[in-house]
Amino acid sequence: MTSYNDFVIRFANVNGSGSASANSMFAKALFRMGIPVSTRNIFPSNIAGLPTWFDVRVSERGYLGRREGVDLMVAMNAETFEEDVAALREGGYLLYDSSAGLNPRLYRGDVSEIGIPIAKLLLPEFQDPKQRQLFKNIVYLGALSALLEIEFDVFTNMVSAQYKGKDELIQPNIHAMEIGRRYAREYLECPLPIRVRRSEGVGDRIMIDGNTAAGLGALYGGATVCAWYPITPSTSMAEAFEKYANQLRIDEETGQRKFAVIQAEDELSAMGIVIGAGWNGARAFTATSGPGVSLMTEFLGLAYFAEIPAVLFDIQRSGPSTGMPTRTQQSDLLACAYASHGDTKHPLLFPSTPKECFDFAADALDLADRLQTPILVLSDLELGMFDTLSEPLTWDDARSYDRGKVLSADDLDRVETFGRYLDVDGDGIGYRTLPGTHPTKGAFFTRGTSRDEFAAYTESPEAYIANMDRLQLKWKTAAALVPQAAVSGNDNKAGIIFYGTTELPMQEALDRLTENGIRLDTMRLRAFPFGVEVYEFIESHELIFLAEQNRDAQMRTLLSIEGDIDPTRIISVLYYGGLSISADTIHDQVLQHYEETSRPRLTEVKS
Amino acid sequence: MTFVAKPKVHHPKLRVNEIGLTRRDYEGSVSTLCAGCGHDAVSAAITQACADLAIPPHKFAKISGIGCSSKTPSYFLGNSHGFNSVHGRMPSVSTGANLANRELYCIGVSGDGDSASIGLGQFAHIVRRRINMLYIVDNNGTYGLTKGQFSATSDKGSTNKRGLPILYEPIDLVSMALQIGASFVARSFSGDRQQLIPLIKAGLMHRGFSFIDVISPCVKFNNHNGSTKSYEYVRGHSESFVAADYVMPHEEITADYGPGEREEVTMPDGSRLCLHKLDDAYDPYDRISALAHVQTAQQQGEVVTGLLYVDPDAADCHEILETVDTPLNSLTETDLCPGSGALEAINQSMR
Repeated sequence: MTSYNDFVIRFANVNGSGSASANSMFAKALFRMGIPVSTRNIFPSNIAGLPTWFDVRVSERGYLGRREGVDLMVAMNAETFEEDVAALREGGYLLYDSSAGLNPRLYRGDVSEIGIPIAKLLLPEFQDPKQRQLFKNIVYLGALSALLEIEFDVFTNMVSAQYKGKDELIQPNIHAMEIGRRYAREYLECPLPIRVRRSEGVGDRIMIDGNTAAGLGALYGGATVCAWYPITPSTSMAEAFEKYANQLRIDEETGQRKFAVIQAEDELSAMGIVIGAGWNGARAFTATSGPGVSLMTEFLGLAYFAEIPAVLFDIQRSGPSTGMPTRTQQSDLLACAYASHGDTKHPLLFPSTPKECFDFAADALDLADRLQTPILVLSDLELGMFDTLSEPLTWDDARSYDRGKVLSADDLDRVETFGRYLDVDGDGIGYRTLPGTHPTKGAFFTRGTSRDEFAAYTESPEAYIANMDRLQLKWKTAAALVPQAAVSGNDNKAGIIFYGTTELPMQEALDRLTENGIRLDTMRLRAFPFGVEVYEFIESHELIFLAEQNRDAQMRTLLSIEGDIDPTRIISVLYYGGLSISADTIHDQVLQHYEETSRPRLTEVKS
Repeated sequence: MTFVAKPKVHHPKLRVNEIGLTRRDYEGSVSTLCAGCGHDAVSAAITQACADLAIPPHKFAKISGIGCSSKTPSYFLGNSHGFNSVHGRMPSVSTGANLANRELYCIGVSGDGDSASIGLGQFAHIVRRRINMLYIVDNNGTYGLTKGQFSATSDKGSTNKRGLPILYEPIDLVSMALQIGASFVARSFSGDRQQLIPLIKAGLMHRGFSFIDVISPCVKFNNHNGSTKSYEYVRGHSESFVAADYVMPHEEITADYGPGEREEVTMPDGSRLCLHKLDDAYDPYDRISALAHVQTAQQQGEVVTGLLYVDPDAADCHEILETVDTPLNSLTETDLCPGSGALEAINQSMR
């Protein structure tokens, strides 16, 4: 039986062998045929020589989440060959380099073998050993074009575009592709029952990773200072900002830069630079992961208490400690929400898509200036590093930056009393002044110690309490300014809450649950502090699930603390293995709950 | 210290600078440090230097870490914004502040705990990056605010108040600054106002990272017999190779140090740094030999003071990064936002 645009293909390679670019080309070719695809990479915390796996999920229905099981395995790594064969689904296809034959011990009766003598085919064509290695990947691309009916000119156009200006690379690549394609047509059954065809599924969507989108968002949002320290998986966010800034933020006349990027000596310094810049009126951000957040924690407390704008992108990875540097997770939530000793709390944003990474990056810079506090944007490795489908990025040219409450020299001349921490407007936010503004008015001392409304040092209990209470009032103001939760459906008695990349497999999970008679309303959290809509959703549903990717159900904890909600009211659906949570996991755990509690299904509609 | 506020009136004949301000306009609030603390003399020197330079007080930004020395920015330049940050991290905050607005004069004040222990890493890297600022360490060889623990700049063999000797090797920030390549390195003594004030002026006007290690005795915890950072010890063991004087564009050179070679370096604004060599063998433009002199003297228990090294032409961080002349904090949407057209082109590149 033939199926179109519905399979998972996994490429098993040795990292550092040129496979990443070949495999991306595969995904991109399908994308250009209009077919919805999502990609994810299992790469080792290593530079070269270890196994790497690149998954492409092809889904006409637009299911972008990770799916268990592999339909077509391109097994190019002898070290992992055995486990790669085992990972195939029953009825799957094993594509491998048959130059050295196949170990009969690995023969599986329930999968089809597609052997291509790739190395042998390349020997007469290329003399350079490096080329012989690199072009292996290109040969199997050519073979796949025949096996899966991928439009060959889509591939050749991509090669021509990619190596434009380096013509001497175009011909060999196309030649290697033709070798694979020719072999497949001549010796293999083409096309396979699983195949692709042109689709309208992509529409005008783009293919981009969240870190690139976030870097662009920071640029569009007016960031001028970026200080960062390299760590997987956030490095590419800072690098994207720098790359696009060097293109788009250069003064036409002088060629000088309208931004500054500092690769700091460590994360503490990175955060200090961001805070010094924010204190002095420049929009500044840093990008890091969990271990960096731990280091930045002292400074986050300073920025909270002294009320200084700052933006931190935490591209989360598996923890604790060094954890799994190249695997995803959503386990920094509590560390970020309450970062630093004492009574602290920080607004958080939870993007789910690259477009949201872009929008929230720009919004974070506005919010930091408006609220005079650090804003933490919690992305993760899955969202940050993998190319995925996204709505195109948009910007309203009429949009201006919200610089918040900053007094100019004229303002200071008009104002009778200036107190840095005076709550003039009743929203908990004082007015600040920037260094160098006025000769005799507006100067004040910024420090992490307690102070009165005029920034004078004090240890008076009343002044301290008043200040802390004002910060709580500011928190309430924040709740009305941060992105609201996205709620869908309100007819069912049961609902599911989630945030960030847990959205990816959600539609698929919901569709399958519906087939099993289980219908759920959904609420996707987009920010912290939580708005009234969040508590209303919980209040109005008898049964609440919360799906997240950490062991300790951190979002459930946060909701119960902040909303005074009994934690037993929320049923956790958890995955924390370092891969992206799948629809299977969500479906199975929800179903299990219904079965264990003998809960009725089809009649679960609110009257 | 005193709790009596300073009177607002001042002597009618108090000298007025080129912009009509007196020294009083450059003062801060009353110090809460111990009577006789060296840091107060440093604050007074900073106050006088800034008044002499006739830079409007609000054009300074004062940044510090944590410690007795880090409290001092409250006690000078009351009309400037100040930032008392966290322990050992003043360099990063200063870096950010300078990147945001290159036109402000940035003064960073730190102590030996703040810069030679917890802050050693940040110190080294701000030197590397050549941030345009004046970095002053009030060096008393002890942790004053936490009551007298050893610091990393205490000399090996010197003793604390209870007579216990320091067991570890000392860190010399001057040597470190020289080794990493700072373009203005000096050491002075809080008790030598005549030497210190010109160094502060020159350091502020030098375009690049200026470092002054000021031995500033702690009367409470490290001024006893056995300390190498006491008033008595420093007065008895310091030697200077170069006397520096800072002369405004319109001023006459009046200082006379007697025989010995004299050189003038003209700064971009027309002011002059006059270097008077007290030792003919010493070359303040030779970084390596300066380092050797300092290290040799240290081995002999001598404290070398004065301007040790200067490179007037070195680039600062903004020049290295090639940032625009307009301060980054005053750029607007027109300067910063590439617009929807450029974004659509980017979208297209992702299709």
